[in-house]
Amino acid sequence: MAEQTDKTMSLQDMILRLHAFWSEQGCLILQPYDMRMGAGTFHTATTLRALGPEPWNAAFVQPCRRPTDGRYGENPNRLQHYYQYQVILKPSPENLQELYLQSLVEIGIDPLVHDIRFVEDDWESPTLGAWGLGWEVWCDGMEVTQFTYFQQMGGFDCKPVAGELTYGLERLAMYIQGVDNVYDLRFNNAGVSYGDVFLENERQMSKWNFEVADTDSLFEGFRRAEEECKRSLAADVPIAAYEQAIEASHLFNLLQARGVISVQERASYMGRVRDLARGSCEAYMAKFKDEWAAKYPEWAA
Amino acid sequence: MSADFLLELRCEEIPARMQAGARADLEKLFRKELDAAGLKAGEVSVWSTPRRLALIARALPLATEAVSEEVKGPRTSAPEQALEGFLRKTGLSKDQLTERDGVWFAITEKPGRATRDVLAQAIPAIIRAFPWPKSQRWGAASISTESLRWVRPLSGIVAILGEDLVECEIGGIRSGYATLGHRFHHAGEITIGGAADYAEKLRACHVIVDHAEREAMVRDRAKSAAEAAGLVLVEDEGLVIENAGLTEWPVPLLGRFDEAFLSVPPEVIQLTARVNQKYFICRDGAGKLANAFVCTANIEAKDGGAAIVDGNRKVLAARLSDARFFWEQDKKPPLAQQAGKLARITFHEKLGTVADKVERVAKLAEWLASEGIVPNCDPALARQAAELCKADLVTEMVGEFPELQGLMGGYYARAEGLPDAVADAIRDHYKPVGQGDDVPTAPVTVAVALADKLDTLRSFFSIDEKPTGSKDPFALRRAALGIIRLVTENGLRMSAGEGDLLAFFADRLKVQQREAGVRHDLIDAVFALGGEDDLVRLLARVHALQAFVGTEDGVNLLAGYKRAANILKKEQATDQNAGARGEGVVPPTGEEDPLVLVDDPLFKGVAAQFAHPELGYTPEPAEKALMDALADAAPRAEAAVAAEDFTAAMAALASLREPIDAFFDSVTVNDADANKRCNRLGLLDQFRAAVHKVADFSRIEG
Repeated sequence: MAEQTDKTMSLQDMILRLHAFWSEQGCLILQPYDMRMGAGTFHTATTLRALGPEPWNAAFVQPCRRPTDGRYGENPNRLQHYYQYQVILKPSPENLQELYLQSLVEIGIDPLVHDIRFVEDDWESPTLGAWGLGWEVWCDGMEVTQFTYFQQMGGFDCKPVAGELTYGLERLAMYIQGVDNVYDLRFNNAGVSYGDVFLENERQMSKWNFEVADTDSLFEGFRRAEEECKRSLAADVPIAAYEQAIEASHLFNLLQARGVISVQERASYMGRVRDLARGSCEAYMAKFKDEWAAKYPEWAA
Repeated sequence: MSADFLLELRCEEIPARMQAGARADLEKLFRKELDAAGLKAGEVSVWSTPRRLALIARALPLATEAVSEEVKGPRTSAPEQALEGFLRKTGLSKDQLTERDGVWFAITEKPGRATRDVLAQAIPAIIRAFPWPKSQRWGAASISTESLRWVRPLSGIVAILGEDLVECEIGGIRSGYATLGHRFHHAGEITIGGAADYAEKLRACHVIVDHAEREAMVRDRAKSAAEAAGLVLVEDEGLVIENAGLTEWPVPLLGRFDEAFLSVPPEVIQLTARVNQKYFICRDGAGKLANAFVCTANIEAKDGGAAIVDGNRKVLAARLSDARFFWEQDKKPPLAQQAGKLARITFHEKLGTVADKVERVAKLAEWLASEGIVPNCDPALARQAAELCKADLVTEMVGEFPELQGLMGGYYARAEGLPDAVADAIRDHYKPVGQGDDVPTAPVTVAVALADKLDTLRSFFSIDEKPTGSKDPFALRRAALGIIRLVTENGLRMSAGEGDLLAFFADRLKVQQREAGVRHDLIDAVFALGGEDDLVRLLARVHALQAFVGTEDGVNLLAGYKRAANILKKEQATDQNAGARGEGVVPPTGEEDPLVLVDDPLFKGVAAQFAHPELGYTPEPAEKALMDALADAAPRAEAAVAAEDFTAAMAALASLREPIDAFFDSVTVNDADANKRCNRLGLLDQFRAAVHKVADFSRIEG
């Protein structure tokens, strides 16, 4: 790999290449959702837009928060904050696998040098009432992308099915740059590393997540988000309700990291978050279903 | 006139684990469709790769045979309505019917159909009916939930009979001659001529379509890669099949990882490599885990695989550094502290938390030791091991790899400096897990393993959660089997339980002993006596019984027993009937002296010589012999059973064989003299009772 190091791209170049590539394929290039969330799938551009019959093609970077994955900056692979690159294509195009493989070539992965494999990995998010079939894509044994054909979202059948690609940006970049430690990644080609940008964040946020965060405020926050979600649903503003579901979900993850939710309580909290997320999806669907049915006669809720 | 038929269904990557089932289903559905059309499929081969299912049917006839179908109608003399009904049913008019012997027949001539047409209909039917364990919709058509479903998007169909295309269409996909080769080694379409050139054309385009051939490639080349490095591959047929199911052109490659990771328990390394990465692992000449892995690539890489090996090495290193992190984190708090967290895990809503279960197990293990049921076991160590046996459930490592439960606890206990007996007990207390698994013999391990399983079984029985049919959500059958093996193989003397629980053990014991060649009816025969809850004693008796019923004495005694039992049964029935009619035999009370009626002094003397005082008549020699034999054998059998000398008990029974045979040969039970009859029946009853001291022979088959 040594001969590749000079030619390989920085993390930000990689993102720019992916943007350029997916833009050429007709995708909207969106910006991250401005809330803390556990996965790019939570972005309304994925969840809510997967509902209904309207075509939708978008690509964006989404920062993800996984409080329990924090390692105080001491683990070369685990982070409590990292980036996902999301592509959502509805309906899923026939050549989705080919497009995806082209995008890998775009960022410097030669499929005759590297071993690319589609390994069964079905995706399920009980929180979102969503599931799909697909693969984790392996590059030389490393999972670099989650590739999913959504079958249900918010408890509704996807009509039509959307294809979702989730690239793990740090992993891919580490791979392409040939570094073993995420903090050694070149963020740009002007000498700034990933560690320069994020190491201190990881240290402080791991400490906050695991040790500092005030659990009473978190519990209170969860309760308020739940309350606000219900009020928003009553006021028929499902997007606002959905944001509160995202908030509740993240607060729940923080409470988990603080170790204050017992095993017995865990299921109940997850059920509450699920109800908020599903309720929001249902309300979103209800709000638009007549309009959609009028526009797409072959479609029915 | 016949031709070979080729069918290829191409789609996006099929999960490796589903391919074997899919091949079988494809053949089954194909044969079913052909059968329904009246075509006999001869030799059929099915193949799979991640991207295709293929079927070749050899020598299919080009057309089905013409058949004449005949439906019988009403008699010609029947009323008009009957004929009308028949015409309605068949959709024919009267002049299309044929009359034979005064009966109307509807005869339809079905001409032979071209096989190509049959196949053109069969292919979409097969695709629609395909029973994938999970299937999906995709693409624009999925705006309706009625759209086609397949395991992953279906992308192409090749269907060629001889050299002719079988034209069909499903879900917007039309059959054709074209397929695709290897995803990366071959761009563009390949045109297939037919079944004859299919596999070779694909091979030229870097696809080995025969899964068995790919499996052999993985198996052999992984082995030789290890050998070339001076190592021994740890063979793993599951990995062979999985890797063959993930590749169209498998290329096993050997890589090395940092030796420093060998400080992590070898089981963890093996599991990480196997489960997460699908790698084979290797051992060195001494049998120790080596710092090497074999991954299976799907390409013939331009650089010979150097980048692939390097990439895989890094992934494994990341996994192992995670594992090492867990290993080091988990070792920090003592197990006793980890065990405290078990109070937060529900074991079962009606049975409390895992901590509650642990406390019950600890009490029981300590008791098993202090009562000497598990001999030579220190009760304090048994309690300590039991208290810690579930602590690893809350460790990071077991959270990541649940299959390492127990094993990791053992490692952590040792790292903490706990006694070996405790660490071993924690490690092995889930054993034996399957039929082939070793049974613990170390006393502390036996105590904990037994206590854990007994608690599980008794607890679930106490809340009436018993296995039913195929449902056994709490794996109670496995627990019972584990207990049986622990108890019998270690010779532990204890009560297994009572009531339902004992019956459950009896059932499990029969299943388990079948493999060892022990007859289930003999187990029944001993259990049927009741009062036996000691599995060790029970099996010893069953073994002796099995040896006995295999001998000539045993076979004859069993025959004698059955004869006696039949007579008694019949007699009982007659008695009951007789009783109902108000007649019947007055049972001897033992107080009557039948000889009072005999007043001839001479006869009296004679009688005194021969008569049995209790009998009131002179028994025949064979009868007398049986009485004597019983008087001797019955107490002997009873004493031997009490002393658990079952061989001696069988010998006592064996001594009855000749007398009972002779009795049946020369004595008439059903004597006209009610007294004799009654006494002889009593004798048979005594005989039966003597036999029952050892086992209930009525349960024995044959």
